[in-house]
Amino acid sequence: MFEQSLLSVLIWLPMIGGLLLLALGQQRAGMVKFLALALSVATFLLSIPLWTQFDGGSAALQFVEKVVWIDALNIHYHLGVNGIAMPLVILTTVITVLIVLSAWRVIDKHVHQYMAAMLILEGMLIGVFSAHDALLFYLFFEAMLIPMFIIIGVWGGPNRVYATIKFFLYTFLGSVLMLIGLIYLYMQSGTWNLTELAALPLTMQQQTWLFFAFFIAFAVKIPMFPVHTWLPDAHVEAPTGGSVVLAAIMLKVGGYGFIRFSLPILPDASQEFTWLLITLSLIAVIYIGLVAIVQKDMKKLIAYSSISHMGFVTLGIFLVFMLMRTDGNSDMALTGAVIQMVSHGFISAAMFLCVGVLYDRLHTRMIRDYGGVINTMPWFGAFFVFFAMANSGLPGTSGFVGEFMVILASFQANFWIAFSAAITLILGAAYSLWMIKRVVFGSITNEAVESMQDVNSREFFILAVLAVFVLVLGVWPEPLVEVMRASVQQVIEHVSVSKVI
Amino acid sequence: MDMKTNLMIIAFAPLLAAAIAGLFGRKVGRVGAHSVTILAVGVSCVLSIKVLWQFMSGEATAFNENLYSWAVFGDVAINVGFLVDSLTAVMMSVVTFVSLMVHIYTIGYMKDDPGYQRFFSYISLFTFSMLMLVMSNNFMQLFFGWEAVGLVSYLLIGFWYKKETAIFANLKAFMVNRVGDFGFLIGIAGVLYAFGSLDYAEVFERAPQVAGETIAIFGQTEWSLITVICIALFIGAMGKSAQAPLHVWLPDSMEGPTPISALIHAATMVTAGIFMVTRMSPLFEMSETALSFVMLIGAFTAFFMGLIGIVQNDIKRVIAYSTLSQLGYMTVALGVSAYSAAIFHLMTHAFFKALLFLGAGSVIIAMHHKQDMKEMGGLRKYMPITFVVMWIGSLALAGFPGTSGFFSKDVIIEATHLSDRFGAGVAYWAVLLGVFVTALYSFRLLYLTFHGKERMDNHTKEHLKESPWVVTLPLILLAIPSIIIGWMTIEPMLFGGFMNDAIVVNAANDVVKELGLYHFESPADFTIHGMMATPFFLALLGFAVATWVYLKKPGLSTTIKKRLAPVHRILMNKYGFDHFNQKYIVGGTQKLGNALWKWSDSRLIDGLIVNGSSKFIYGVSKFLRPFQSGYVFHYALVMVVGVIVLISFYLF
Repeated sequence: MFEQSLLSVLIWLPMIGGLLLLALGQQRAGMVKFLALALSVATFLLSIPLWTQFDGGSAALQFVEKVVWIDALNIHYHLGVNGIAMPLVILTTVITVLIVLSAWRVIDKHVHQYMAAMLILEGMLIGVFSAHDALLFYLFFEAMLIPMFIIIGVWGGPNRVYATIKFFLYTFLGSVLMLIGLIYLYMQSGTWNLTELAALPLTMQQQTWLFFAFFIAFAVKIPMFPVHTWLPDAHVEAPTGGSVVLAAIMLKVGGYGFIRFSLPILPDASQEFTWLLITLSLIAVIYIGLVAIVQKDMKKLIAYSSISHMGFVTLGIFLVFMLMRTDGNSDMALTGAVIQMVSHGFISAAMFLCVGVLYDRLHTRMIRDYGGVINTMPWFGAFFVFFAMANSGLPGTSGFVGEFMVILASFQANFWIAFSAAITLILGAAYSLWMIKRVVFGSITNEAVESMQDVNSREFFILAVLAVFVLVLGVWPEPLVEVMRASVQQVIEHVSVSKVI
Repeated sequence: MDMKTNLMIIAFAPLLAAAIAGLFGRKVGRVGAHSVTILAVGVSCVLSIKVLWQFMSGEATAFNENLYSWAVFGDVAINVGFLVDSLTAVMMSVVTFVSLMVHIYTIGYMKDDPGYQRFFSYISLFTFSMLMLVMSNNFMQLFFGWEAVGLVSYLLIGFWYKKETAIFANLKAFMVNRVGDFGFLIGIAGVLYAFGSLDYAEVFERAPQVAGETIAIFGQTEWSLITVICIALFIGAMGKSAQAPLHVWLPDSMEGPTPISALIHAATMVTAGIFMVTRMSPLFEMSETALSFVMLIGAFTAFFMGLIGIVQNDIKRVIAYSTLSQLGYMTVALGVSAYSAAIFHLMTHAFFKALLFLGAGSVIIAMHHKQDMKEMGGLRKYMPITFVVMWIGSLALAGFPGTSGFFSKDVIIEATHLSDRFGAGVAYWAVLLGVFVTALYSFRLLYLTFHGKERMDNHTKEHLKESPWVVTLPLILLAIPSIIIGWMTIEPMLFGGFMNDAIVVNAANDVVKELGLYHFESPADFTIHGMMATPFFLALLGFAVATWVYLKKPGLSTTIKKRLAPVHRILMNKYGFDHFNQKYIVGGTQKLGNALWKWSDSRLIDGLIVNGSSKFIYGVSKFLRPFQSGYVFHYALVMVVGVIVLISFYLF
């Protein structure tokens, strides 16, 4: 029905729907919720053809739409997805449905605005993943800060002002530098088209400057050490839904940006600074993993765990440069990085939703306030243990797949990289399962825990859906690998050719 | 039924049963849960034995087929599939048989437990995981099974989740295993790097090409690649098969229910490391260094962990330390290239050790879940069946001539004696003296539990009785192979070339073959020969000492304890491994994490750089703020002053 403009529909349906919800107002809260659910489900259903009709054998952009937007500046409304972007779009539509459901009884204040913000954010995220015009990308990239800012600022915790300002300034600083870089590129080439920019020859000096401009933007987003400190604060203050969208999808924009911008446009500089990126990635894995162990606040713990897991994304992406010259499995590294993004989308969403379930009951996120939860909430306990296991990379869950691929590939680059990366096996289990021991197991520690009710059918459904995704992707990742095979291959072939003038 | 269907049913029937018992436990009820899991594991067991039979009779040849592609990267295809040869068939039969016995036993042991269905679900899931591990035809699936059995072990040690010691022990078990898995994963990554494949058949075929390759790890020093890979893989085995220093989790795992101590922490999961090294024999055979390392670790574990068993008073912990020691024997066998002997001992040990654990469980039921042997004694007249089978199990463990344990242990000792690999001399003394230690703690356990004075309180004494038939039947069914399986299978398994399709041994290292040629004619002959050899006298000595100290002169043990107080203290502290780990490794990690968080994250990055820059900007703007007061007369004044300054500048 919408095949010619499927991506546009996916972007604008939730955005326009979201604006509509704003008009309905707080009085019609019941209707707002159902409409929000209907919109998110519709968006999800419409996104399925992206998967079913995708030609996995081709690296070409698919579902392309291209119209002139501002002719004078050669800006186009140009959309399309390749095998790397498409799974991220579907991840976005799935997670949004679950976020809407998770807010059902939890958000009372301005529920219409909350749902609207979430839906608008969904549209923008899909826009980021499908924009093929650099300026259009930048627009979505910047604009999505606004709904996120509002979500934390309005529905957040007591220290939300500090967190929102920190979040905004951090990310904004990064994106301003990227804008400068993009304008420079436009002045050099006269185009915003990503394919044309990828073909643009640049001197090493130009590439280096641009590389750092982009690097800061994406490193903040992902986030990488040492520009990661905004994330724990943002998560702690954000409402559950905000944390979910932040961890599950927004972080992925950083990794996606590296693959879509830094690698193809600046291959030589990326090659030059591979050592830096790999060092920072390994610091993320080990240092952040150690910091995660000692956290007392569950959300902070999961936030640090996210940063540590994102280390595998940047590690996998930049391993390509070490492997392609030695005939190593660079495709395994890059595919592993993308799978890690998708998998972390499901697992971190589930972890934050689990903390949300607890928070809704006792209004605290502190580990010490819990203990023996499984006595009163057996189903919840089972889910939480399962997702914690997935978070620590248990084979058979999706958390294993990406890390396994990246660690395997890293040995081909250097023994010590594999050694450092594999430490996550120990640290990941330590922070995930020590938390589980203190929160879930043991005898009931206080009366508040005694009074807790197990998950209701809505919460059960949300967690079960995520569990199914985590399991299926863990047991059989090949379909996902296959979808991105051609695109991964194309990125590797592209970056292996120098474009220095 | 063709082989593939057969194998699919063997592997997936327990998984299905686990799902039914776990997810629909309330609907199917207690009887439903144990019926469905026992049926599934029973089917797996019967089919596994059928497969084994086919291999024994020579009807079947190695089966190697992929089920589906897990992920494909160019010419590296990672698959899920089965490799079933004689080695796998032995493992499958042992696993499913012991698992079936434990399933039946559990009906009696857990009958009052509220988590009944959950327990059956877990042990069935364990059976599936273990089968995936042994039936795998590639390293990825091996790692899957490897960690999946670890997961179920974690869930089962912490089965009684209200017990603080249990949830401490399960976290500890998982973490220590993860340290091993860290090495294991690096080993797997090394395999991919060296051979460009994760498929067993391809890797083994390409093994000779890698012989001379080296890898630089520290600076320019070149290490043999195959040695690095083998040692890394073996670190995984050290975790799973509880070899020092990664053994610390196994004694604590006794906090779990007894049936799983028998199934997981004695008979099957802990032998995964032994199986893995045997499966990788084509790789290990290429590295003398790695094999020496394996041998020395095994020798240390075999002897020193056995010693701790002598001073333990908890009946299950004695058997746990005995398990550590016996795993050490198997590891020594691996280290001297006697892979088939290791698997042989693995099999006999699975029977008699499962028997001992389940027998101990039977005692624990009668004692109302008290496990301290100081409160037992004289139980033989209350529980005759348990008494007899425990004696059978202990005789097999101590290597009484003719029992299964005698054959398997003697072969290991003889093989170690024949080996001329670096370290074999030390290992020989360790396994030889280990025989004395084994006999000592085995008979000590029997005397303290079944003989002598009745030391329990009156309430317990009044209720003492033999366990129900669901408990004793598996004991009897395990006692039979504990006696006869060695006699029956030593010839075909070790000297008949049964596992030649699975195990590769260099001719120069083949001590088992040498043993078969010069020291073995028939089981009867071997038994008679064994009765005149050193190990037998050492075992007798152990028996004599135990009888004297614990049966004839019960007061003597206290005197000895006082005389040897320093030694006793060292043994009670288990050589300080736990203390060291807890204080320096766990404590150190927490301190480091806190330091990084407080100093680097909070003070340096956030305090100095992030908030520091905002403070800087705040300071600058505070300085500049007075210049924008908003009052027109301020601006006018500044303007006038400026004009005056400018004019005067031009005028003068």
